[in-house]
Amino acid sequence: MSTDQTGHDGANTPQGAGNPGETGPEFLQLVTPAGERISHPEFDFWVRDVTDDQLCSLFEDMTVIRRIDVEATALQRQGELALWPPLLGQEAAQIGSGRSLRADDFVFSSYRENGVAYCRGVDLTDLLRVWRGNASGGWDPYSINMATPQIIIGAQTLHATGYAMGIQNDGADAVAVTYFGDGATSEGDVNEAMVFAASFQAPVVFFCTNNHWAISEPVRLQSHIQLADRASGFGIPSLRVDGNDVLAVMAATRLALDRARRGGGPTFIEAVSYRMGPHTTADDPTRYRDANELEDWAAKDPISRLAGLLERKGLLTAELQQQVKDKADTVASQMRRGCTTMPEPQAMDIFKHVYSTPNSWLERQQDHYARYLASFGDPAGAVSEEGAR
Amino acid sequence: MTQLTFARAINAGLRKSLENDSKVVLLGEDIGALGGVFRVTDGLQKDFGTHRVVDTPLAESAIVGTAVGLAYRGYRPVVEIQFDGFIYPAFDQIVSQVAKLHYRTGGAVRMPITIRVPFGGGIGSPEHHSESPEAYFTHTSGLRVVTVANPQDAYTVIQQAIACDDPVLYFEPKRRYHDKGEVDESADPASAPPMDKARVLTDGNDVTLVAYGPLVKTALDAASAAADEGISIEVIDLRSLAPVDYEPVVASVRKTGRLVITHEAAQSGGLGAEVAASITERCFYHLEAAPVRVTGFDIPYPYSKLEMHHLPGLDRILDGVDRALGRPNSLSGLEG
Repeated sequence: MSTDQTGHDGANTPQGAGNPGETGPEFLQLVTPAGERISHPEFDFWVRDVTDDQLCSLFEDMTVIRRIDVEATALQRQGELALWPPLLGQEAAQIGSGRSLRADDFVFSSYRENGVAYCRGVDLTDLLRVWRGNASGGWDPYSINMATPQIIIGAQTLHATGYAMGIQNDGADAVAVTYFGDGATSEGDVNEAMVFAASFQAPVVFFCTNNHWAISEPVRLQSHIQLADRASGFGIPSLRVDGNDVLAVMAATRLALDRARRGGGPTFIEAVSYRMGPHTTADDPTRYRDANELEDWAAKDPISRLAGLLERKGLLTAELQQQVKDKADTVASQMRRGCTTMPEPQAMDIFKHVYSTPNSWLERQQDHYARYLASFGDPAGAVSEEGAR
Repeated sequence: MTQLTFARAINAGLRKSLENDSKVVLLGEDIGALGGVFRVTDGLQKDFGTHRVVDTPLAESAIVGTAVGLAYRGYRPVVEIQFDGFIYPAFDQIVSQVAKLHYRTGGAVRMPITIRVPFGGGIGSPEHHSESPEAYFTHTSGLRVVTVANPQDAYTVIQQAIACDDPVLYFEPKRRYHDKGEVDESADPASAPPMDKARVLTDGNDVTLVAYGPLVKTALDAASAAADEGISIEVIDLRSLAPVDYEPVVASVRKTGRLVITHEAAQSGGLGAEVAASITERCFYHLEAAPVRVTGFDIPYPYSKLEMHHLPGLDRILDGVDRALGRPNSLSGLEG
């Protein structure tokens, strides 16, 4: 394993070559779109212990999170959620990396990493709180060692880097992993995070999901070189992997985690994938995207690909398919129930947790608003009436 | 008691915090070997190591953003922004992350981050080195904003800010860094007055004069000059700007009926406006005159040869006092 800080590992991309939107043979791939396992002299090592059972379980997780995504989109269409950011097409990138992490690693992600959150063991109801408008976060980050969704593009990369500096100070071998998209690579924060991570050799993995679109802006607007090639400018080794190949993603993530745990510093992973759905349920990709592109990427679907591999290995039995379908249906119905039975937040909750210590300004406003609500006799009624206007 | 300069008093307070809590770490530009451009962190890296007193690359957003990550990990980061005018690249991290994470996570994640900002003018510097950006932050829920006006407070309040579980912006009046004062280093910050309490500095019956940071000294000078003319001014050091401790101001204005507030920052949308409005709401029937603001102008901080025109000095403050008292003043005869 090379720890050369200026070059690439495994996937050798000519410096500066290629359109950042193009995918070709110049990325790490262990399973072809047809489901054929191809060997790799360096990266086979990183998935050598993945058993048939584990392949089946990866298939299950990817299927389940796609089902979660479909269910959440339906909940939004039915008015149960205000918004939802779909991950359709990015299941391999999220499950392959998410399943590589240890419990004591810490994830700082964007708002689209619901599959990673699933791997971290998030309560499915918690996953929906933000999107139903019931909370600004959704869960206690320490309960699953994953920060709640970050909406400011790229801001979380600095949090991961700082967290990693803390790990370093503690003498621990955990790793901070930050997820962001191709659009985020243009943000100052992401670039500053890479400067800091390199300077302090912090144990952080920069996991960039290049899904080709930042709402309506194609990745070529963000970068004239492949995103992975940017890392070398910071002295950070990078990997460009087929983000729709769960084994390749897993291999790359494991390598990066191992390097960080051993004191080898940060790694940048570009997982080349595609956002098959809209940016969020409020978006309309037909205004800016060619339908042919969607068709091309549908042919590289991450779940079909893994199914193809399982089939070749004789693992894709009717029993497995039924079992995975049942699991997905159960999870989806649990999530729907959690969504529709979520307790309504109460008016005075808006004042909670602004500070952790008493604050005279806030206490006065809170007191005045409580009096205002009380003037209606029925505080809850007063608020719902206001809300309806 | 020891005689310490303002800068040494902050240094002593930082040292105390580093000694008392292994989770305290300092981050900033040039704070290590150099000891900061104002020497406030002098000697700390040598004594506590490069892991606790960290010279960072020159990126303010990253300094604050990594402090957020460290706080997530259980640390108490103390960040130095080298000059007031350099804080803006970190604005998003301060306003959207530091200030809101506790709220966003329903109280699960605390952000005990202290952001030290040398602020204010009067040192003959070029642009971006003399600003008073406090109101940007007092307008942001989730932050606490404090200022200090004497070495004892500098020593005590920095320790209180670091010990606070909420994020604190700690504004240091840079033109007072070399002023000396008595500091009791044995004083326990936990039993000192809390940092969000204002302090009445002089007892007076005619006018309430509210100041903070660098202008507290100017206000005291103005009060003693006024005393020579038989005018009795009650000077209040606001100390905390978010939240403002209105109780002593209300009590004072109920006595004097007249309020003057002074700050270096631009007038419109500033602390003076906030204090004037709040005191008017609470003391309307006790006021004998409209509250008066004596502040910097609504201009970019001017080039240094003219900065004394921008900064409220003793005479401008006294002119404001005359206005509050209805005595002849520079605006006599003007309406509105």
